[in-house]
Amino acid sequence: MSAKLDTLAHNLNECLGERIVRHSLALDELTIEVRVADYLSVMRTLRDDPSLAFGQLVDLCGIDYSAYGSDVWTDPRFAVICHLLSLDNNWRLRVRVFAEDDSFPVVPSLTSLWTCADWFEREAFDLFGIVFPGHDDLRRILTDYGFVGYPFRKDFPVSGHVEMRYDPTQQRVIYQPVSIEPREVTPRIVREETYGNPRHG
Amino acid sequence: MAELRNFTLNFGPQHPAAHGVLRLVLELDGEVVVRADPHIGLLHRATEKLAEHRTWLQSVPYMDRLDYVSMMCNEHAYCMAIEKLLGIEPPLRARYIRTMFDEITRILNHLLSLGTHALDVGAMTMVLYTFREREDLLDAYEAVSGARMHAAYYRPGGVYRDLPDRMPQYRQSKWKDAATVDALNAARQGSLLDYLEDFTNRFPTCLDEYETLLTDNRIWKQRLVGIGVVSPERARALGFSGPMLRGSGVEWDLRKKQPYAAYDRVDFDIPVGSEGDSYDRYLVRMAEMRQSTRIVRQCIDWLRANPGPVMTDNAKVAPPSREAMKSNMEELIHHFKLFTEGMHVPQGEAYAAVEHPKGEFGIYLVSDGANKPYRLKIRAPGFVHLSAMDEMARGHMIADVVTIIGSQDIVFGEIDR
Repeated sequence: MSAKLDTLAHNLNECLGERIVRHSLALDELTIEVRVADYLSVMRTLRDDPSLAFGQLVDLCGIDYSAYGSDVWTDPRFAVICHLLSLDNNWRLRVRVFAEDDSFPVVPSLTSLWTCADWFEREAFDLFGIVFPGHDDLRRILTDYGFVGYPFRKDFPVSGHVEMRYDPTQQRVIYQPVSIEPREVTPRIVREETYGNPRHG
Repeated sequence: MAELRNFTLNFGPQHPAAHGVLRLVLELDGEVVVRADPHIGLLHRATEKLAEHRTWLQSVPYMDRLDYVSMMCNEHAYCMAIEKLLGIEPPLRARYIRTMFDEITRILNHLLSLGTHALDVGAMTMVLYTFREREDLLDAYEAVSGARMHAAYYRPGGVYRDLPDRMPQYRQSKWKDAATVDALNAARQGSLLDYLEDFTNRFPTCLDEYETLLTDNRIWKQRLVGIGVVSPERARALGFSGPMLRGSGVEWDLRKKQPYAAYDRVDFDIPVGSEGDSYDRYLVRMAEMRQSTRIVRQCIDWLRANPGPVMTDNAKVAPPSREAMKSNMEELIHHFKLFTEGMHVPQGEAYAAVEHPKGEFGIYLVSDGANKPYRLKIRAPGFVHLSAMDEMARGHMIADVVTIIGSQDIVFGEIDR
């Protein structure tokens, strides 16, 4: 497996060179990070170059890094992560691209390269509010018609902002602010790396 | 002459052939589909968001509820992603058990998809036959996990417990007399493995029965052959996987190409279609069930011969045994920490994919070292397949849309998540 990954890493360096901002090899998976400006051209090379041949866009998702770890996150908040697969070479690659503006995250659309990017990008737009210029049908996909907000952002509460019920006096379904008290069953804890290690007491 | 206009039709969300809650907005020119716009999300439960607020272990049952007809395969991908991040490998016996139950799950899924597909297309009998065999396999689920569907049996580090030595028995009641009970219990006298062996002996005959009902059936062929044709090139571009991709003639199966669990130790073939139409996908699924039976059989033989642990001994991941917990202070602490705070998964990100009955089911996990996932992304095969609905349905008759939905094997739990 690792010999194969070495070949892939080598081919990536050959083809992309400067366009890779950062790359890492962890847990038998190769990740590269690219700039928004290079994103489309990088993806096109990844798909079309015969030494890479990533014909499949397996997955595309948004992520909100603002609450990552126990320190304050200073890098751009939103990123788009693509998982690519090559059926011919049988290898995978993860591509990460950070959206530059936190208040209006924009990442170019991949619909011109992979047809299946369509719904993945609609989903990332729906859940994270990442905008994909070049996508010609960027509608909400998973949330309700007329939904307000981006539910998978870290500052969106799990219980949401509005709840829906049938109002017998008005004889229709109405929206009202949620009546749920937010609660946390198990607190989120990030331990220091030596925690629980007998040698460190 | 009157002006001719296309008209728009709402298919679903409560249509029985919509396989759940699909609202399909069809633009029709007479009876021909001009455009199909699936509206999904009516079953959206934000599983990925919920998982960010649960410990790693607490999210396992959520996985069952994704694709609720292939429960254990979903758990498998999730557990594999966690194991990858933790850097642990489950014991070999656990991997064999997972392989066996993945294949049982595949048969369960294909039986449901086949039965309901035939039902949608007009062959009522099929669903009665397939649900008979599904019942037997759901009993195997129940014997091993206590639940017929939402098993939560796979755990990070292995499986919850070893296979049971005896099967639950039917008891005599107002509705079942002694003779019925004896007949029902006949296959349940031994262990779960004996029960499954009996099933693998019977099942190929059942498959032959289905084939006599459908494979050469004139109506079935009229409804399926040449419907929803996808060329291999388009299947790749549309991101298809699983039987949808193999039906188009692309030989790609993660169990062979990127083996996980014990798939590199069992022998099986990959059935591939040639035309890429709905009928080929039906044939691929039928052939896959035969292969799955073969894999289950090999796993039974191995599991009989090789007893051993089914859970990793890493105390930071797996709970201690009950006796140890009650007699040993350290084990008690581990138990307490595991079930109050949960395990900690090192910082990093991992993507793990399994060959789910519907295609490539992937779990992408990002961990920041906490006791909960930072981000969980579920890559559902059905989501990608349904997004190709427009392309597949265009130019077909409205009745063929039902065939295409059936042959895509749509289940909304995984698409809407």
